[in-house]
Amino acid sequence: MNQCSLSFMLKKYAALVVLSTAVLMCIPVSAGAQKPAADQLTGKLVITGASTLAPLIAEIGKRFEGLYPAVRIDVQSGGSSRGVADARQGLADIGMVSRAMKEDEQDLSAFPVARDGVCPILHQENPVQALTDEQVVAIYTGKITNWKAVGGTDAPITVVNKAEGRSTLEVFLHYFKLKNVDIKAQVVIGENEQGVKTVAGNRNAIGYVSIGTAEYDAAHGVPIKLLPIGGVAASTESVGKGIFPLSRPLHIVTRTPPVGLAKAFIEYAQSKAVHDLIRQQYFVPLAD
Amino acid sequence: MLLIVVFLVMEALPALRHVGVARFFTDPSWHPAEGFYNLTPMLWGTLFAMVGSVLIATPLGILSAVFCRFYAPPAVAQLYRKLIELLAGIPSVVYGFWGLVVLVPLIGAIHPPGPSLLTGIIIVAIMILPTIALMADASLTNVPQQYVRGAAALGLSRWATIRGVVFPAAKSGLFTGVILETGRAIGETMAILMVCGNVVQTPHSLFDPIRTLTANIALEMAYALGDHRAALFVSGLVLMGMIAALVAAADWISHGRIYG
Repeated sequence: MNQCSLSFMLKKYAALVVLSTAVLMCIPVSAGAQKPAADQLTGKLVITGASTLAPLIAEIGKRFEGLYPAVRIDVQSGGSSRGVADARQGLADIGMVSRAMKEDEQDLSAFPVARDGVCPILHQENPVQALTDEQVVAIYTGKITNWKAVGGTDAPITVVNKAEGRSTLEVFLHYFKLKNVDIKAQVVIGENEQGVKTVAGNRNAIGYVSIGTAEYDAAHGVPIKLLPIGGVAASTESVGKGIFPLSRPLHIVTRTPPVGLAKAFIEYAQSKAVHDLIRQQYFVPLAD
Repeated sequence: MLLIVVFLVMEALPALRHVGVARFFTDPSWHPAEGFYNLTPMLWGTLFAMVGSVLIATPLGILSAVFCRFYAPPAVAQLYRKLIELLAGIPSVVYGFWGLVVLVPLIGAIHPPGPSLLTGIIIVAIMILPTIALMADASLTNVPQQYVRGAAALGLSRWATIRGVVFPAAKSGLFTGVILETGRAIGETMAILMVCGNVVQTPHSLFDPIRTLTANIALEMAYALGDHRAALFVSGLVLMGMIAALVAAADWISHGRIYG
């Protein structure tokens, strides 16, 4: 437990550092040109919904509060369905939804802020270059247990799965139409980085992580490779364009077309000023 | 202490009420998102990892203390003791990281997949070794000098003195050391999370991956909601119960056999 809370504390410190730099950067801005706007925006925004999006929106909210000191942003997580329900009933000013909007949700105004992409990763020295969707499903359900069956060397496959509740797991299960009960894994991991290290240390492992993390590590010499899905190369670029299949849009929604404070916040969350925060959370900013 | 227990019970209550105590031991698997809450595989995982590492660390730790106190030249003993103290101060994430990049591939080469009960046992044994080594060292130091001199005057060999005189005189201290290291082995989280594979299953061999109760909490707490979250607090309660049982057993044994 000690170590666990330690890592939480470290995250908190990281958040503090980000916040303080954000505040520092904002001081000259709010003192200068944007002064009149800062006076106009006051009040409180309640934002509820998807736990995937909550950390990102909370960070954006902190930076927004730095810009407009009279504004308070309150972010609570509770799942995409709560985001939709709260926005509809007016319990929240803005809802967070970590998926594409459904047919019966067209009454809400939805604004995409980022995309979340997941891709399978292998060790760099694994000769397998691509897997079909059926092969991935067969490997994860334990029907294929040797790399020989998919054109690799004669070695048992180490299947790396994510812990229950992680959004990467949800994206993965949803795309491959799997249930977590059916998955036969040899290793279960939590953080993306742990997944990358597990695969980097085991030639016969297959795992899946957020594309942002995988791309960053592969570019910095970690011996992993990103597998394409359905013929589309796994990269933050293809996720940003919306053509990578194993990805989903992250939306914020409002009941009525937003005005005033909510409008300002949504415009800010969609602006380039928050792209660094989006990348920090391993999401992909939308292409213009 | 009492506050922590009260807090644990309060947080665990929704799960105990909705799910019921029995289902934590009879459900087919641990898949909280689909409503299955079986904790027994993780209970076994915790127990096996604890017993294995204590079995390895205890003899090694006591022997290292004996070496340090009775066999090593003073300069070597001094250096050795400093090293052990340093070992005790290394954070567990560092051990975990070392295990992940060195030990896991090594064991994976012998018997895939690598992250396994055995890896966990080795890492935890290394981590708790300093605890028992330092405790044993302290309790050996506390054995009155006249006992040792008396044994020497009787013409006993060095090993006979240690076995026949020093160990019986130091046994309560050694026993405390074992209890302390066992507590540490149960509570260890980060290193075990990194090297054990975390698959929820009752292990059938040393090379099967396991998940411990502590790792379960650390892995899933960040994203858990509702009953899932409460179920994790039940994991915490079970852990608390295990430690309490350990302390009670230690108390009972020490009163019956050591001081009595």
